[in-house]
Amino acid sequence: MGTTLNEDLSQRKSRRKLPKLEWNLSLSRKESLLGYTLVLPALLVVLLIVLFPIFWNIVLSFQPVRMRDLGNMDLLNFSQLTLNNFTTGLDRKFWIGLRVTLIYAFFGTSLSILLGLWAALIARKEFRGHNLFRAFILLPYVIPVVSSAFIWRFMLDKHIGIINQVWQFFGANPIAWLTTRSVQLNLLGNTIDFPLALTTIILFEGWRYFPFAFLFILARMQAIPETLYEAARIDGASPLQQLRHITLPQLRTAITVLFLLRFIWTFYKFDDVFLLNGGTAGTSILSIQIYSWLFARRNIGVAAAIGVILAALLIILAALFQRWNSLKESP
Amino acid sequence: MILKKKARHSRGDFETSIGNVFKIFSILFFLFITIFPFYWMLNLSFRPYGDVSLNPSRMVPRWSDIKTVFTPFSCLVDLETETCRQAISNSSYSAVLINYNFLGFIKNSLIISSVTVILNLIIAVPAAYATTRLDFRGRNLMNWIILLIYMFPSIVISIPLFVFFVRLQNLLGIQLRSPMGVAVIYLAGTLPLCLHMLRGYFESIPKELEEAARIDGASRLEVILKITIPLAAPVIATVALYIFMVAWNEFLYALLFLVDNPDGWTLPLGLQQLDNQEVPSTFLMAGSAIISIPIIILYFFLQRFLKAGLTAGGVEE
Repeated sequence: MGTTLNEDLSQRKSRRKLPKLEWNLSLSRKESLLGYTLVLPALLVVLLIVLFPIFWNIVLSFQPVRMRDLGNMDLLNFSQLTLNNFTTGLDRKFWIGLRVTLIYAFFGTSLSILLGLWAALIARKEFRGHNLFRAFILLPYVIPVVSSAFIWRFMLDKHIGIINQVWQFFGANPIAWLTTRSVQLNLLGNTIDFPLALTTIILFEGWRYFPFAFLFILARMQAIPETLYEAARIDGASPLQQLRHITLPQLRTAITVLFLLRFIWTFYKFDDVFLLNGGTAGTSILSIQIYSWLFARRNIGVAAAIGVILAALLIILAALFQRWNSLKESP
Repeated sequence: MILKKKARHSRGDFETSIGNVFKIFSILFFLFITIFPFYWMLNLSFRPYGDVSLNPSRMVPRWSDIKTVFTPFSCLVDLETETCRQAISNSSYSAVLINYNFLGFIKNSLIISSVTVILNLIIAVPAAYATTRLDFRGRNLMNWIILLIYMFPSIVISIPLFVFFVRLQNLLGIQLRSPMGVAVIYLAGTLPLCLHMLRGYFESIPKELEEAARIDGASRLEVILKITIPLAAPVIATVALYIFMVAWNEFLYALLFLVDNPDGWTLPLGLQQLDNQEVPSTFLMAGSAIISIPIIILYFFLQRFLKAGLTAGGVEE
């Protein structure tokens, strides 16, 4: 505290005396020089390995680049710019994929948040072994995705999967949960095609990411002032009324932010679906489509074009996120 | 009597007692869905495939099967005999480790993750300090860029990076799609996260300490080295271990950049590549256990510290 005051004083003095001013300037210049030096390595890494690729991706999306030409083609030749990548990439499959991705991201995110909220409500008040409970509950989030995807694949296996064993115990036929596009369900006399593989993947997503929502919500929940609850109890509010009128309204902005954050990340998620069923059976989300343009069809240009569209969508989502975030700060 | 007593219960009491039952049920539910899959992984990994396909719902491995998994320990006495080789390929864990080269993948994963962590700290600690403590133009822009990159999808960045690596590789004539090359990509992927976590901490260290030292004549650099970093040591260690976990678990970049180079495979990639018809699922479960167990142990050591970090910026794996 004292120092800032001293600095203020010296600044005020230096305004009067010219030589002092020079000394002061060189000090702050020294400071910013040190600042730039310390930041420079980080800046270089970010420029070279993140920002430069992002911009280059835009260039690639307008070039006819194939995997087989990659070794010898002149990538700096901009005479052949074309929109073909976009017209090829935005085929029927893309639009179906976009729809699937939106459904996957929306329901996956919602489910993980609902589970996380439920878990946070339980863990809010301490109980015997609650530390252990919290530790175990984070497991799905901490484990490498390769392991958890394989575990669920074997648990859901049609022949050896434990889930189908339980399923059969109740008299049902075994189902290939991850590779059946749809099953016909009879609801109130109407037959509907229920997208089974997509639903299974959404359930996996809910399971894998609810610990994250749990932590996020719990942190916010513990910041709710206890006096609010005391006042409510004095007024005779029951636990459910407290939940509805205090906890949930207090969590609203946190959950909105959480939803957008997780929605964005789920929207671009590749590993989970790729490892569970490879994007087959009606689950070909856009990140999987990019991968298959890149390595199965070996067309880098189209992959880059879809990448550009995804990035544009991200910017829109991030702008929304920013708006909600600023809403949070000004209540 | 009892009826009368019940009638006097308020709505709140009623809900509390229902709530307690519900709470116990919920605790059991969550413990079940989080623990059971990992129990099942261990269960499958200890059983031979024949037993798994005959009795899919066996809950506990037979004792004889568990013993088979551990027999390769006898190889420590006499290596390279026929019985020993047989024992290794019968035991899921040692088959995966030795016959399918998981020992090599462990080495690769350890190297990649450690290099990622070390580079991260060398670069991020000064940068995080500068952006929280020093005043210079462009500081806010820097913070904004960190946030943007943090949210940018890796699948989009991977396309130009792939092209970049292939071209640079042809130009320079060196193998870039190697563990070291991937470590550099991981560095870029985790740097924003590392900066974010460290910045949050540096902001919380009181400035007065540093200012006191500066009055005593210490230079800015001395302050950083002798005061800030020692104070932040526990946090830096936590961030380091967290970054280690992220790099250890990473799959997408490993798949894109290392798949043509089997000697450089990381554990997750090696496990995914094992996934074909010939390899029994019990071996895959043993492989999954080999990847997960170090992470679980690390996590239980760290979980008290990690919790704060995990939510600090909404951390993605």
